[in-house]
Amino acid sequence: MTTTADRPVDTTTDSSASTMTAPADPWRGFVRGDWCDDIAVRDFITANYTPYTGGADFLAGPTARTTGIWAILCGMFPVERARGVYDIDTHVPGSITSHGPGYIDRDHELIVGLQTDVPLKRAIIPNGGWKMVKDSLAAYGYEVDPHVEEIFTHYRKTHNAGVFDAYTPEIRAARRSHIITGLPDAYGRGRIIGDYRRVALYGVDRLVAGKVADLRALDSRPATEEVIRSREELAEQIRALGELKTMAASYGFDISGPATNAREAIQWLYFGYLGAVKDQNGAAMSLGRTSTFVDVYIERDLAEGRLTEEQAQELVDDFVIKLRIVRFLRTPAYDALFSGDPMWVTESIGGMGADGRTLVTRTSFRYLQTLYNLGPAPEPNLTVLWSPELPEGFKKFCAAVSLDTSAIQYESDELMRPRFGDDTAIACCVSPMAVGKAMQFFGARVNLAKTLLYAINGGRDEVSGAQVGPESPVYDGDVLDYDEIRARLDSMMDWLAGTYVSALNVIHYMHDKYAYEKLEMALHDSDVHRTMACGIAGLSVAADSLAAIKYAQVRPVKDERGLVVDYDTTGEFPTYGNDDDRADEIAVELVESFMAKVRQHPTYRNAEHTQSVLTITSNVVYGKGTGNTPDGRRAGEPFAPGANPMNGRDRHGIVASALSVAKLPFDSARDGISLTTTVTPAGLGRTREEQITNLAGVLDGYNASEGFHMNVNVLDRETLLDAMEHPENYPQLTIRVSGYAVNFVRLTREQQQDVISRTFHEGL
Amino acid sequence: MAIDLGARERPHSVVDPRTGPITGELTGSVHSWDISTGVDGPGTRFVLFTAGCPLACAYCHNPDTQDMRYGTRHSVGDVLARVGRYRRFIEASGGGVTVSGGEPLLQPAFTSAVLRGAKELGLHTALDTSGALGHRADDALLEATDLVLLDVKAIDPAIYEDLTRGSLTPTLRFAERLATMGKRVWVRYVLVPGWNDQPEHVERHAAYVATLGNVERVDVLGYHRLGREKYAELGMEDRLVGVDGATAAQVQAARDIFTAAGLVAP
Repeated sequence: MTTTADRPVDTTTDSSASTMTAPADPWRGFVRGDWCDDIAVRDFITANYTPYTGGADFLAGPTARTTGIWAILCGMFPVERARGVYDIDTHVPGSITSHGPGYIDRDHELIVGLQTDVPLKRAIIPNGGWKMVKDSLAAYGYEVDPHVEEIFTHYRKTHNAGVFDAYTPEIRAARRSHIITGLPDAYGRGRIIGDYRRVALYGVDRLVAGKVADLRALDSRPATEEVIRSREELAEQIRALGELKTMAASYGFDISGPATNAREAIQWLYFGYLGAVKDQNGAAMSLGRTSTFVDVYIERDLAEGRLTEEQAQELVDDFVIKLRIVRFLRTPAYDALFSGDPMWVTESIGGMGADGRTLVTRTSFRYLQTLYNLGPAPEPNLTVLWSPELPEGFKKFCAAVSLDTSAIQYESDELMRPRFGDDTAIACCVSPMAVGKAMQFFGARVNLAKTLLYAINGGRDEVSGAQVGPESPVYDGDVLDYDEIRARLDSMMDWLAGTYVSALNVIHYMHDKYAYEKLEMALHDSDVHRTMACGIAGLSVAADSLAAIKYAQVRPVKDERGLVVDYDTTGEFPTYGNDDDRADEIAVELVESFMAKVRQHPTYRNAEHTQSVLTITSNVVYGKGTGNTPDGRRAGEPFAPGANPMNGRDRHGIVASALSVAKLPFDSARDGISLTTTVTPAGLGRTREEQITNLAGVLDGYNASEGFHMNVNVLDRETLLDAMEHPENYPQLTIRVSGYAVNFVRLTREQQQDVISRTFHEGL
Repeated sequence: MAIDLGARERPHSVVDPRTGPITGELTGSVHSWDISTGVDGPGTRFVLFTAGCPLACAYCHNPDTQDMRYGTRHSVGDVLARVGRYRRFIEASGGGVTVSGGEPLLQPAFTSAVLRGAKELGLHTALDTSGALGHRADDALLEATDLVLLDVKAIDPAIYEDLTRGSLTPTLRFAERLATMGKRVWVRYVLVPGWNDQPEHVERHAAYVATLGNVERVDVLGYHRLGREKYAELGMEDRLVGVDGATAAQVQAARDIFTAAGLVAP
């Protein structure tokens, strides 16, 4: 690495003077405050935004320009779908400045910038791992550029190479047997949200000045390992900000100063995000919470007569088109885990302010309106921060959009705001973080159902027979005894938590070292709060299995290896998902207990321990690698997604099912608890008006019951079956899976079948 | 399909014991419970399905609720404790409690106690009934009922008897009693192709309903074949073998007839 010294940094720039090239005072008309002196976007918003409590009637439809741009891309999507990728640049590794300007339709785009020179063309970003790049190229029939390969295998070490240097044999075994899985050890970890709004509000020079000041503040401190690392990271951040200016300049924009109008604000903000997705192939590259920020600029332009509603919507539409075509190069194996090519361009919308005013603005509506103007789509991952206090007009519009598109997810503002503040955004699916102030070390998840099988089989894997966990005798009784199994599970979870946290520490040490997110972190406070985001999968299978052992008779069946590979269960037992405390309390206890065990292990950079109950779509893959379970689930069958009850076992409707999930304590799963639910339109009421009111009521009730996250699909099973047979008729059919949305037709057939086999709540 | 009201480790009653018998050990035969939205009255509702029905409707999609013996006994206190758990959900959506069946008026004391208990919890109440046992609903029961979901099934006595193996007269008498009381009523009409979908029949039905004056809305529900396999499982004769479910167009045509009669049929 080089130092910042080779590029002079102007530390004298005064924020209010950084408008030299701008025609007008960029902050004209804004209420001044602390945000003028400090980098404090939230304070700027609070002082300047206009809450909106009305309905959706002001919204504008798409212009011919918008429809035309979108049509160009729609003409390219079928090629991409057929080939898996539209095109790949195999020669130039992605970076902030790697590729020259790219356009969809240069003369008509309002917001510009692509990751490469052509829309949908993917760059290679090998810092995360060369193997991922190589395997991806092979999978799509591209040749590896030997020169690039030489660089990343001989001269430039990758994150992936670093991780495998430091993994222990035990971690490798746990990984190979899929008891710990999905680890970000071969690709970018993602789940870091740069505060891209800072670029628009302050301009890059002011941000550089802040980082230089932070760097200078370290000058007097002794050069301990921690201080050296911080200095190097700040130098990297400052360099990244410089590159961001260079990238913007290639499109003809000088972003050294603040944006002066709405179009510039969106453009500056998007440049910040674009720099991040050019530089990092992160597992989830979320956008943050931008709609109300952008609204301040749109309101000012509307008031100044520079913009009409139609033009305001056009800007938002054009921005969202860009967000819809963010692409990363990933292997088909990765897509088997996280299907549908997701980027998790998550945008958090709505919520309430700490002062009691809603953070909903007209632009919150405009963002959702893109689902009508451009048709439904999985990206950006539109996430509404729900509160019963939200204005009725916004609630109804959200419910209507869910009914029409199934493209929104909901997360509880009431649970987040008191804990993380009112400028919290969701990274990926359900991970809350204060924008620009907190980041997470993404930790994928462990397989709790398999852990239970290990507890029964003395640490041996029920599929491979390998000794993975600590060795103990295989369970020897005729009938599984609840107390003994629970005790065995407890010690297996102890082992698992330790191995897991060690693996994550290795991963994030190496990621910081070899694939540091320099631009995203430049858009954070230098003193950032970090969380170590652990996770669990297979919760409902584990809970139901324990309920079966506790309330019914479960006889283990051994194979010739002496391993228990099947279970003969007689008698009735309660299952998680029916608001039956007997089963639900087992699930609650598993969540609390694993969280407590994780907390016992020190983390890299003293990150705060958290966990999620989330699988994304990996519930299919986890299920595939897990043997028969005592709840009657057969080997290879998918788990339920996230914190969902097992498919078909929630027999008392959406509310009882949701209430079981809502019992999982958020403070033992602060990285999020995911519930994906599907209700048929008729299950919500007869008329559209009723359906809207009732869906909003369900969301209010779930929120009041302390439910955290709900994916809402309003769909008939027949629609999905027809889409499986005739995918060409459903190019934009979007469904929520677990924390994100996908194009249904881009799921593998196996995943499509999994979605269809889930409970559709039809009422009675 | 036994249900579990989760009586273990749960308070026996959530209602003030001073209100007397409704919190006592009075039990009823219950088929199941559910929380539904937008189907069994307004909003999200706790729906209690009682077991046992005097009719044997050809289109019944829950034939396993017809016989009281298929139910499980639960006390009023247990049911209300369960309702109490959903209170926030119900209130947030403007919902309530619906006692359905089976035929809830087969167990009038139990049904009355559940409805009164729900009222004491401050919740909106609905009674989903065929009206065939309307005479068993005393004034106290109806007083505790905010809304009656009344399924008249067929206005022609012969068709009614064919469909239900019961007599139409008590239902009409009950409908008229509710009209006299000014009780809020939603009429439900299950449209069975070939049985009660003839336009002239639907017109007569609509004309009668329109004379009542207290009917807020008419829900036309198309007959569907879900649940038909239950007949074989229960060893019961399926009298609608070969009858297709109602199409959306057929349902809409019936709704139009009700609308033309001046009724609200969304």
